Amino acid sequence: MVPLSYYLVLSAVLFCLGVAGFLIKRNVITIFMSIELMLNAVNLTFVAFSAQLHKLSAQVFVFFVMVVAAAEAAVGLAIIIAIFRSRQTLNVDKVDLLKL
Amino acid sequence: MLHLVLFYIFAFLCVAGAVNLLAQRHPINSALSLIVVMGSLAVLYLLLGAEFVAAIQVIVYAGAVMVLFVFVIMLLNAGEEEHSNASRVAVYVGVPALIALAALVVYGLLHNTPTAGVQLAIGEFMGGVKPIANLLFRDFLLPFEVTSVLILIAIMGAVVLAQRGED
Repeated sequence: MVPLSYYLVLSAVLFCLGVAGFLIKRNVITIFMSIELMLNAVNLTFVAFSAQLHKLSAQVFVFFVMVVAAAEAAVGLAIIIAIFRSRQTLNVDKVDLLKL
Repeated sequence: MLHLVLFYIFAFLCVAGAVNLLAQRHPINSALSLIVVMGSLAVLYLLLGAEFVAAIQVIVYAGAVMVLFVFVIMLLNAGEEEHSNASRVAVYVGVPALIALAALVVYGLLHNTPTAGVQLAIGEFMGGVKPIANLLFRDFLLPFEVTSVLILIAIMGAVVLAQRGED
């Protein structure tokens, strides 16, 4: 039997790697992929607790998280296309119009 | 025992894929390693008995969302990312702080959660389509309808944002 804490630790490690990618990466598409990684880590926690507590509502929540992530990916990638069209770059350091 | 071995194999694949996502400079390589992470997560969901979630993880995430990512990378012809001064600060300050945070969380989890394992045999499922559908279309009917409106708005927003301007 795999203890619940192993799944939680894996999920925490994946989440921290997602945060690290969000901080380190300069390409806006890769930053977006790091956000997806964090969402996946949270989903793993939901499913692990669902199996431990024998509650299926957690899996319904995973379903909602996936729907929101899919909507976010569609809108976010459209925004990336719009940014690229106006600036010809994907580097977040060059998209700094609001910076003082 | 087999449970634990399978967990270790796919947990290792998950972490390796996530590290590779950070290490690669070209976004297409990062996208492919993210697909590895999502595929191994689907196997972990199966180990946890979540059959339906594993299926939609492969179909929606590894399928639809990642195809969208790869499509945009190809469309914009994204090349290797460049270095800048700001990212160096992020590496030297952010990464040690994150490692400390991860170590703290792992220590807390390993010492404060009950050691009782997930009591499921391999191949035993508790999250089939029928019980989930019962929940989704009865107890969670209103949130379900609200998300359908949300995704409709997201589709329209994506179309409006990605279309070419009038001028």
